[in-house]
Amino acid sequence: MQEMVARTESPGIRSEELFVNMGPQHPSTHGVLRVLTRLDGEKVIDAQADIGYLHRCFEKIAEKRQLFQVIPYTDRTDYLAAIHDELVYVMAVEKLLEIEVPERAQYIRFIMSELQRIASHLLWFGTFAMDLGATTAFLYAWRERERLLDIFEAVTGARMLYNYLRFGGVRNDVFDGFESTVERYLKDFEKRLEDYHELVTGNRIFEKRTQGVGVITAEEAIAYGASGPVLRASGVKYDVRKNDPYLLYDRYDFEVPVGQNGDCYDRYMVRMQEMVESAKLVRHGLADMPSGDVMGKVPRRIKLEGDTYARIESARGEVACYLVGDGSDRAYRLKWRSPCFVHLQLLNIMARGGLIADLVASIGSIDIVMGEVDR
Amino acid sequence: MDMFTAMHNGLVQMGVPLWLANLVPPLVKSLILLLFILLNCMFLIWMERKVAGHMQRRMGPMRTGPHGIIQSLADVIKLISKEDIIPSGVDRWVFVLAPIVAFAPAFAVFMVIPFGPTLIAQDLNIALIFIAALTSFVVISFLMAGWSSNNKWSLLGAMRSTAQLISYEVPLVISVVAVALLAGSLSLQEIVEAQRQSFWYILVQPLGFLVFLTASLAELNRSPFDLSEAEQELVAGYNTEYSGMRWALLYLTEYANLITFAAIASTLFFGGWSGPVLPPVVWFLIKVYFFIFLVMWIRWTLPRIRVDQLMELGWKGLLPLSLVNLAFTGVYVLIR
Repeated sequence: MQEMVARTESPGIRSEELFVNMGPQHPSTHGVLRVLTRLDGEKVIDAQADIGYLHRCFEKIAEKRQLFQVIPYTDRTDYLAAIHDELVYVMAVEKLLEIEVPERAQYIRFIMSELQRIASHLLWFGTFAMDLGATTAFLYAWRERERLLDIFEAVTGARMLYNYLRFGGVRNDVFDGFESTVERYLKDFEKRLEDYHELVTGNRIFEKRTQGVGVITAEEAIAYGASGPVLRASGVKYDVRKNDPYLLYDRYDFEVPVGQNGDCYDRYMVRMQEMVESAKLVRHGLADMPSGDVMGKVPRRIKLEGDTYARIESARGEVACYLVGDGSDRAYRLKWRSPCFVHLQLLNIMARGGLIADLVASIGSIDIVMGEVDR
Repeated sequence: MDMFTAMHNGLVQMGVPLWLANLVPPLVKSLILLLFILLNCMFLIWMERKVAGHMQRRMGPMRTGPHGIIQSLADVIKLISKEDIIPSGVDRWVFVLAPIVAFAPAFAVFMVIPFGPTLIAQDLNIALIFIAALTSFVVISFLMAGWSSNNKWSLLGAMRSTAQLISYEVPLVISVVAVALLAGSLSLQEIVEAQRQSFWYILVQPLGFLVFLTASLAELNRSPFDLSEAEQELVAGYNTEYSGMRWALLYLTEYANLITFAAIASTLFFGGWSGPVLPPVVWFLIKVYFFIFLVMWIRWTLPRIRVDQLMELGWKGLLPLSLVNLAFTGVYVLIR
């Protein structure tokens, strides 16, 4: 498959490229990613991602099921930020059917989606630190995420795959005392975040392992269609929440953190700051949440006609859904835009010329979820 | 030691041939040492898991015995009863030999370590050289394990550890030489004695100790220098293909080396077995376990350094520092 190049560096010594098959069963490929890696010693010459180990025919299944039956499937694309994927699908359907969503449902979606961002980034923070060999940060992040999942469980009944959003609203209202629970959580979370910075961010080894590693320039990021924290770390201020506001993002003011160098460190910092912004947004949402219904009026017989495109800013980047209807109660075609799939194309750019350790850091820094790559 | 001389004499009087009688005391000594190492390693493995657990807000092993104290025993039984697998592609003899080559020197080093004023298997007058020679042996076993496994990850791990151990051997030995200069002896017993008469050498060798500690972490393949078995990068490094008892032996070597390091660190810089009130052995064990805890603490806190940064630190950082330290120590010894 790959030719082995024999090169002579000095007389008498012959050195060869080493072809290493990294994954799909490898501790730091975040699921079942396989990277075909060519090495010169420890230096990475070429890293090609091989995907498809988790392919579930999501898009085809979506054509065969009734519209509402597809919602649980969307959970399983990006299983670490399931609300975001539900949201984009539900938004697409609502757009096409012109369903009004009550104010309270909007707020619940808004709060849940920002909490989800925190949960997802927390998990990423832990696994990224672990990829660099710092195992303790992983378990600390897990602790905070656990409490968030408890909140999700109390609201939706599930910890990861919620099946919570509905066309026209959300399945059920939040529990009594939701506001105070979340408020308490955020207070603790912000304190913990300082601990994280102390444990990881200021660490010399951490800085040396991430600064200047896996650099993506702004041009490359745009050319490959990167989005989310990966794009912003390269210095491009683009966030769907700002550039094409949905839910309530146009009502509240929030910062979009941007990096400069597009290296792993910037991607790290962008995500860490995003968590703070998300916490702020959640607070705004909690303060203004009105009372009322959580489900709008939805026609009993759904006829999907025409096509639409909905996009949101998920924890990983721009998730979008292109939905075509032919007048039946099923989607004629559903196309899913997955940011992870796009970011994985950048792997070769990031890894080339670095060491194996950098390759691992790069994979970690783009926050890959194989369920979303393969769908 | 008196007990062993008595044992030897008794055997000769009982009519046991001299060559056999000569053989008995060393055999008994090594058996005691082996037992000490094995028991300590088992305890250390449990301790490592407990330390890690509590640092990470977990409990660690809890099910086997009170607070999981016999977890290691259960692990040993599991490992012994496992199928003995030699993968078909490996270089059989080298593969089988590697764990033994790894463990033997790690074990032999304990011969010269003073546990107390008289509690030492053999008080060599070149103990420091002996230790330096034996501890560098481990490179060969890593290379053997990595190469014979016929696995690319193992090979990469072996290459890494070879480069790492060779480059950290130099500052390590130089920092130790400074202590030998101070004490005027290479014998560990005499170094302890010299510290008893003056002060702990950490007071005049803070830099030397720092170099020693850092280089030792690299020698031990401990985080942040655990590159050769970097799980996230190399799956398991040189011992990827090992399982069952052979793997256990490699694992054991690691912990035996950890004890060696802690023992040497406390002997060279912290007065070894000397200390007030408590018996010497207790003092020695307290110091040893302090250093072991320190190493575990570091391991569960820091991320892993990268292989090129490791080389840089070794050659550009530690080596000059250790040389400077040696020079200053030389001047100090001259004007003392």
